[in-house]
Amino acid sequence: MMSASASIPPGLILMLGAVLVPLCSGTVRSMVVLGIPLVALWAVWMLPDGVSLTVPFLVYELQVVEADALSRLFGTIFTLMAFGGGLFALNQKSTLELAAAFAYSGGAVGVALAGDLITVFIFWEIMAVASTLVVWSAGTPASYRSSMRYLQVHLAGGVILMAGVIAHVSATGSVDFVAMQPNSFGTWMILIGFLINAGAPPFSAWLPDAYPEASFSGMVFLSAFTTKTAVYVLIRGYPGAEILIFVGMYMILYGIIYALLENDMRRILSYSIVNQVGFMVCGIGIGTVMSLNGAAAHAFTHIIYKALLLMSAGSVLYMTGKRKCTDLGGLFQSMPLTAICGIVGALAISSFPLTSGFISKSMIAQAAADEHIMIAWFVLAAGSAGVFLHAGIKFPWFVFFQKDSGMRPPDPPMNMRVAMVFFAFLCIGLGVWPEPLYAILPFPVDYAPYTVSHVVNMLQLLLFAGLAFFLLLPMMKRTLTISLDFDWFYRVAFPAVVKLVVATCGPIDRAVRLGTVNGVRRVIIWVFRHHGPESILAATLPAGSMVLWVIVVLAMFLVLYFI
Amino acid sequence: MSEQKHWLVRPTTIRLLWRWGIGILVVLVLGDFFVHPHEYFGIDGTFGFNSWYGFVTCVAMVLVAKGLGLFLKRKDTYYDER
Repeated sequence: MMSASASIPPGLILMLGAVLVPLCSGTVRSMVVLGIPLVALWAVWMLPDGVSLTVPFLVYELQVVEADALSRLFGTIFTLMAFGGGLFALNQKSTLELAAAFAYSGGAVGVALAGDLITVFIFWEIMAVASTLVVWSAGTPASYRSSMRYLQVHLAGGVILMAGVIAHVSATGSVDFVAMQPNSFGTWMILIGFLINAGAPPFSAWLPDAYPEASFSGMVFLSAFTTKTAVYVLIRGYPGAEILIFVGMYMILYGIIYALLENDMRRILSYSIVNQVGFMVCGIGIGTVMSLNGAAAHAFTHIIYKALLLMSAGSVLYMTGKRKCTDLGGLFQSMPLTAICGIVGALAISSFPLTSGFISKSMIAQAAADEHIMIAWFVLAAGSAGVFLHAGIKFPWFVFFQKDSGMRPPDPPMNMRVAMVFFAFLCIGLGVWPEPLYAILPFPVDYAPYTVSHVVNMLQLLLFAGLAFFLLLPMMKRTLTISLDFDWFYRVAFPAVVKLVVATCGPIDRAVRLGTVNGVRRVIIWVFRHHGPESILAATLPAGSMVLWVIVVLAMFLVLYFI
Repeated sequence: MSEQKHWLVRPTTIRLLWRWGIGILVVLVLGDFFVHPHEYFGIDGTFGFNSWYGFVTCVAMVLVAKGLGLFLKRKDTYYDER
């Protein structure tokens, strides 16, 4: 029996929120912003296993809502994130941002519950447009430009995904979204489409380009949905695809290196999203029960601590209007709560024992060890140390400590503080008591994170990474720089090539066209000279010449008749 | 009082933090005498592995970043000028 709630897709509830938010204001708006995600969360948990809503489309029966443990896990964290992000964004004046964020989260929940590839694609595109609006709604010229670049990358990814879906469906005859291997044109295209949204190389640059241009609250939403729906579809669609191990390892190292070079605090955190998704992608590539559980759990905990880090950074941006490490520092004195919550997020992303990152990320490393994938294990370990380096210490150190910037802004407004404390509580709560999370993972969990050797080894790895940070501090001095990335090709090289082509081909093109026009004109002048009204051929009146020719014909007729 | 630096950033506190930090690091390394992790690849079970591995890889990553920075770093107004 389908319950009444099951007939309303949870994603649609959030999209209803997107319609309601602009219609109300004041307390009612706050109630909608906080209430709708909770209703959606409830709806996710009311869904029975299996398909609960189908819609006919062309010759296919779309499974718009299909639930199992994996989709419920992601549905849970996406709705929870919409709630936490909404709480943090209550004082956001831009109605467009909130409405777009709701549509965006609705799209993410829609993907998590989609039973077929066409439904995945539809919600995928809704997310692309809605997230562009979230970036755009910051209202600055920079945010407009980067949102347009962001949209182009995602629409290109969407086209690739659609091409893959069409090829796959025509090859197999089925739209079902089930586990695949990249072994045909269609499945490769789908995989590439998914990976573009995950921030995989070479297109990783869309993420640090666009997200930091969003508003103080916009980036909190952005950090959660696009990359993690990509992780979800990869877990569902490509478990054990070996290439993902290498893609993940690249992302881990890429994120660390670029974050180390970066000066903008929110760009540092953007690179660290790529780094963290790298851990998940690597886990998906390993493809065992342990690693898939680890990737799913890590996506869950990552959404929370990354949102917390970005709330902390967003609070600093909101109170000071500054984003660059070179402008910040010493803020712990006047923003103690923001600093503490930022540090909790930083410890969690570094997977310190007793935080949520520890109980999730260690499962992926364990899977690599169990499967004896040596290179992955060593990169994962180095990556864990590097996370502490680039996000765990670097972010709090340069924002809240280092030199004293002289700024003394207070902690942000109440709703933002409550949102941070709520997420900080979740980070520690899940770290201390992981069982509730383990219970909702896609597969039964047979893993004990808190053994003495796990804890000691992790602390050794992390604290010596910390030692390296402070010993190398002179080399880490922030500079007013950015680092070139793949986006250079479409922001500088490609336009330059187009300009060059126009500059060289332009004169040739003009000469050819002018030459043609002049040629035609000369022909016309020549024709006119002979056939124009004043010309030789037009000198005899037509009537006169006609009479002459009639006489000639009649004369010939007479002659021929007599012969 | 307002003239004085916050207690956390006074030189005496920082010295103390360094001493405590190094003390904790030493204790952690010595911990390997008592903790015997399950070893999977040989080297990962050796004495002090996680300690030196964490340190060395981090130094390496900072140096690599520094080196790549020579080629990749541009003024942060680089794209604005275009």
